[in-house]
Amino acid sequence: MPIDLEVNGKRVSVDVDPTTPLLWVLREDLALPGTKFGCGAAQCGACTVHVDGASARSCVLPISAVAGKRITTIEGLDGKFGAALMQAWTEQDVPQCGYCQTGQIMSAAVLLKEAAKPTDGDIDACMSGNVCRCATYVRIRSAIHRAAEIASGGGR
Amino acid sequence: MNPAPNPRPRTPFLLASAAVASLALAGIAVQCSSPRPTEPARAAVADADGLRAWDVVYGVLQHPRCVNCHPAGNVPLQGEHLQLHAQNVQRGVDGKGRFDLKCATCHTAANTPGAHMPPGAPNWHLPTAAMPLVFEGKSKAELCRQMRDRAQNGDKTPEQLVEHMTHDPLVLWGWSPGEGRAPVSTPQAAFAQAARTWAASGCACPE
Repeated sequence: MPIDLEVNGKRVSVDVDPTTPLLWVLREDLALPGTKFGCGAAQCGACTVHVDGASARSCVLPISAVAGKRITTIEGLDGKFGAALMQAWTEQDVPQCGYCQTGQIMSAAVLLKEAAKPTDGDIDACMSGNVCRCATYVRIRSAIHRAAEIASGGGR
Repeated sequence: MNPAPNPRPRTPFLLASAAVASLALAGIAVQCSSPRPTEPARAAVADADGLRAWDVVYGVLQHPRCVNCHPAGNVPLQGEHLQLHAQNVQRGVDGKGRFDLKCATCHTAANTPGAHMPPGAPNWHLPTAAMPLVFEGKSKAELCRQMRDRAQNGDKTPEQLVEHMTHDPLVLWGWSPGEGRAPVSTPQAAFAQAARTWAASGCACPE
């Protein structure tokens, strides 16, 4: 039975097993490979997307649980926070291998929505569920502070 | 285990509690508060029965399936040995986590299949920061007084407490916690009866 949802502003309908994780629907059925498979157990954060604006680990989220909901992936992250994060990530040259970075950015976007000027403690409280095997954590922290500055009008 | 507060021989607990539970269900209202009212006519069940029932309720509330989300600090616990939750997860003001690490980020409405996968139930959360309803480290007497105190229990009447403990899907999850986790060892029906008996006793608490 088809399941309807909205992905990056577009209404889509997918006909898959209702227990299929959202991650695989995004990657395999909707050709949105920006969201990564890391652990498959909601332990690493690589698969982070937004469901109705809140973070979710798409590797453990059955597609049936998001019927009718609004999904945002890295491909659809825009607005002032998306733009600020993109600029900051580029300026700070954050990624090394890059595999975890889409999840990092999706989590950081939620943080900026809720804390316009996040402290280091806020960043720790938000980002500790996103693992980076290259240990780019120092640059991630710096880029989040910079993105907050850009989003609040302090760009350049 | 603490010694039973009443030295009289125990009647078979389930038979006694079934009888008083039926009284409670028939609409006999009791009031619980802290300090507890002393008017004996209000209690439909003798203190001794209520205290025995509390022993059962307390045993369940001290199980890791319950304590893990009623921690003494602002970090939820996990596993069978009350370990701090991985990933720096925190309670948050509303008990639902903070920022990206809200409970619902990983805990969906149902258990994720497989060992060591995130458990799930509807409305996965901790008590709020303002009313944390701590179970961890509480003695029988301390937890009992806290549970019956509407200023500390979420402003719940005894009936509402019983309803929460016997019907809330998040509480019932403790008996079907998914692969790799020990369910609450007391059968759910026995716990529900004990909860009703305790409430019907006027929420009798040990000294």
